[in-house]
Amino acid sequence: MNSAITTRAAVLGTGQTEHRTRRTDVSMAGLCREAIDRALADAGIEWSDVDAVVLGKAPDLFEGVMMPELFLADALGATGRPLLRVHTAGSVGGSTAIVASQLVQAGVHRRVLAVAFEKQSESNAMWALSIQPPFTMPVGAGAGGYFAPHIRSYIRRSGAPPHVGAMVAVKDRRNGALNPHAHLRQPGITLESVNASPMLWDPIRYDETCPSSDGACAIVIGDEAAAEASDRQVAWIHATAMRTEPTYFAGKDHVNPRAGYEAARALWRAAGITDPLEQIDAAEIYVPFSWFEPMWLENLGFAAPGEGWKLTEAGETGIGGALPVNPSGGVMCSNPIGASGLLRFAEAAMQVMGRAGEHQVEGARTALGHAYGGGSQFFAMWVVGTAPV
Amino acid sequence: MEIGFDYTRSLGPVLSRFMTALAERRILGCRGSDGRVHAPPLEYDPVTYAPLTELVEVGPAGTVVTWTWLDRPLDGQPLDRPFGWALIRLDGADTAMLHAVDAGSKDRMRTGMRVRVRWAPEPVGHIRDIACFEPLTDSPPTLPGPTAEPVTMVTTPIHLRYRHTTSTEESRYLRGLAEGKVIGQRCPSCGKVYVPPRGACPTCGVPTVDDVELPDRGTVTTFCVVNVPFPGQRIPPPYVVAYVLLDGADIPFQHLILGCRPDEVRMGMRVAAVWRPREQWGTTPQNIDHFQPSGEPDAPFNSYAQHL
Amino acid sequence: MTEVAVIGFAQSPCLPSAGTTSGVETLVPVFQEVLAATGLAKQDIDFWCSGSSDYLAGRAFSFVNAVDAIGAYPPVAESHVEMDAAWALYEAYVKLLTGEARTALVYGFGKSSAGQLRRVLALQLDPYLHAPLWPDSVSIAALQARAGLDAGRYTERDMARVAARSRTAALSNPKAQVSGSDTADDLLAAPYVADPLRAHDCAPVGDGAAAVVLAAGDEARRLRARPAWITGFAHNVDSPALGVRDLTTVPSATAAAAAAGLRGGDLDAVELHAPFSHQELLLAAALGLGDRASVNPSGGVLCGNPMFSAGLSRIGLAAKLVMSGRADRVAGHATSGPALQQNLVCVMEGS
Repeated sequence: MNSAITTRAAVLGTGQTEHRTRRTDVSMAGLCREAIDRALADAGIEWSDVDAVVLGKAPDLFEGVMMPELFLADALGATGRPLLRVHTAGSVGGSTAIVASQLVQAGVHRRVLAVAFEKQSESNAMWALSIQPPFTMPVGAGAGGYFAPHIRSYIRRSGAPPHVGAMVAVKDRRNGALNPHAHLRQPGITLESVNASPMLWDPIRYDETCPSSDGACAIVIGDEAAAEASDRQVAWIHATAMRTEPTYFAGKDHVNPRAGYEAARALWRAAGITDPLEQIDAAEIYVPFSWFEPMWLENLGFAAPGEGWKLTEAGETGIGGALPVNPSGGVMCSNPIGASGLLRFAEAAMQVMGRAGEHQVEGARTALGHAYGGGSQFFAMWVVGTAPV
Repeated sequence: MEIGFDYTRSLGPVLSRFMTALAERRILGCRGSDGRVHAPPLEYDPVTYAPLTELVEVGPAGTVVTWTWLDRPLDGQPLDRPFGWALIRLDGADTAMLHAVDAGSKDRMRTGMRVRVRWAPEPVGHIRDIACFEPLTDSPPTLPGPTAEPVTMVTTPIHLRYRHTTSTEESRYLRGLAEGKVIGQRCPSCGKVYVPPRGACPTCGVPTVDDVELPDRGTVTTFCVVNVPFPGQRIPPPYVVAYVLLDGADIPFQHLILGCRPDEVRMGMRVAAVWRPREQWGTTPQNIDHFQPSGEPDAPFNSYAQHL
Repeated sequence: MTEVAVIGFAQSPCLPSAGTTSGVETLVPVFQEVLAATGLAKQDIDFWCSGSSDYLAGRAFSFVNAVDAIGAYPPVAESHVEMDAAWALYEAYVKLLTGEARTALVYGFGKSSAGQLRRVLALQLDPYLHAPLWPDSVSIAALQARAGLDAGRYTERDMARVAARSRTAALSNPKAQVSGSDTADDLLAAPYVADPLRAHDCAPVGDGAAAVVLAAGDEARRLRARPAWITGFAHNVDSPALGVRDLTTVPSATAAAAAAGLRGGDLDAVELHAPFSHQELLLAAALGLGDRASVNPSGGVLCGNPMFSAGLSRIGLAAKLVMSGRADRVAGHATSGPALQQNLVCVMEGS
């Protein structure tokens, strides 16, 4: 299965909303357009330049609209064009970018608009995620209830000291303070304040948890000709990877899921990366609960199993460290679920385009965007770079 | 089972003005990029995708462009007696809006018929302030509406009923529970014992077939303490949700741990099922009310490390 | 340019009620059948892609359990669209064009009978102005049907003829949910369910699943004597504004047909996804079908419409005509959304 991609693709521009708990000033259409209009402007293109639209969003029950891309077609600029709707659980934002990039790489389209959004304030995510058929034990408690036991397993298996989760929270929230779009911006957060916050799903504390946000993200992906026609720096897509495994099976490793590990291995191989820690300049990793930073550092191959927390504890994942992780503040600062993955992919692109503003990692030339979803079973990731490969 | 939620929808500038006008018993349309007036208003133009912001008053009467007739209305529809659905071009608009027509009988419905708005008694700034349309016979003066505060949100209850079906494997499991037994099934391909059994072994893609009766005791592999209340929650917090690996099973399942303080629950703790009184048993996993510490020594980490 | 072909198709019977909302039990035999027919094992599949709906199943993330039917361990490259699986097939087709995969298995599943389908589908409408009125999908289709009658595009008898022809064709389709030998006159004697639609004008509510296997270039030639080569594949969407659209035309179907190089007069057979009889007539006009093409030889979705796999099945059924040598040039069509809002066209040829 050697890569025989027809044409190279690049991110021409990105846009995102001001992420907030409730964006009561806009409709769903208005929320999407805030991100789309910014992405088109950033890419320096008009509607007439867009060939197709891909929309990503997590469960329709969040907004109470079945396949909302249908009613949003005019707002998305999709009317009269091809429109795809991707849904791969929490990884959907990443999958959306990958599907859009493949439409370009396959030579089907020249420029594709990828959009992802979630307007969580229309309902309650914990309600929506806890609906189960009547023949299962009613013990579900949203995403936190799902992931907390696996974090406990990670702590036990790795022997990580308990303050690592709080360290990630402090770092991400301070990074978020550098990001004007971030929902949570907490420059004054400290280890003490995190540890003093309520225990929600023991061992996850309130401050170690992502917020629930309204928000959207959009990116424009173009082919080589479109990239060359751009007078701004683009983010060349070096490689993409997606892998899936079942939610739950005998022998499932929730701490270091094989689907994530294999996706990363395929990604590094396709991108020509042999030493990710050395060669990746910035990483936007899907960390909805702070402890997932060390877990994913191991899963992605930045650290050996059981060693990821050491990078975090040594401060190497801060801006200026060996591997800045989530310089934007990440999911810990803004979590419009369906858009969160695309935000990771877009923020990675912004880093190599040199357009990350105050949270820019100096000299970033190669960056990782990562998303995961479901029961740690759907993984989507890409590597983008300043130069084409 | 029914799933229901009252969705809270923020409207944005265009729909907000439309809903505010409804609360004042007025209908607004918007002018599209090509100059046509659309009622109800569109937020974005279908051809140019431009935001549409110029609103103009239309109606309250209009002409039926197409229609159908429903003898048996469904839950939530505007009328609970036979009525017509129609696309109605309101006077002053170039395109049509969808709503119900209370015509009494199908014989009164026809394309081109004139209709006018029947307002709800208490307008609040919601599409249902238009109770429905009715055939226009003579024209009584429309009551002037109240002056409304700006409407920025609407609430939309969505209630749906679903009938869930069990798979053959789930049925075996639930029938076993009704007899006080925990029945797992072994995958014929990889030999792993699944409880509850699945429609397909997730690693092999083949149905699990051979029943394996399992004891109602096992080991807590990992757990969390739920301290958060949320809508739809069926157990009041705080409570411990644990993965319990039944002896002889190859996969843990989630259950409640009671009978000790939450901070006494630990990985490796041995637990036993506490069943509800037999007369309360049904074909439900809730026949096992919870698990509680069995008093046995903790299982060594290596005995369950492969199940984390 | 990579050549891509359909090399396998299987579907479950269309039944009024079957299986669970997870789709697993329905999918397992479908996968076994389609893999056996192509001589492939699950580990030979480079890419998996599916289509389904959370609202059909009545819960969030309903598609994740379906992955169990694959036996997705070791992990697989996989994706999902919240659309009819015909669009999942499109995503997989693009994947094969990039060269990152040589084979793909695409599946769709849905248990339409779990909820009240015509009410559930009301949630596809604008959530501020339309959905709060709960306009059911049959009524929306009826508004379109009358618009076409009023515009003189067809008559109620034409609609009944579509239904009669479909039901007769379905007599020889063992997967069909509905079939019969009634004439158009017989059918016209039935009462309206939503004037001008009668029961036979509306697809039955039913459950089911389907799978299609794609392969690229030499892989396709190796696995199948006569692959159904995809020569054009495109889709498009119309505005959601029902009152703004001219409901008697289907611009997105016309655009998809043009982009896919359909040449409607030059087809041996076409399977149209028309859940209401008048929609077949509107689509035939929108796609510029000539007299030569046999339309819906399977009986079409008026005889079995398992949501979210029915569109994929149109393509699979059309491909089967090529693979079996009964046709040289065919097309499959899929639709989604209220009143034919979104449309997809896949053109396939034998050589």
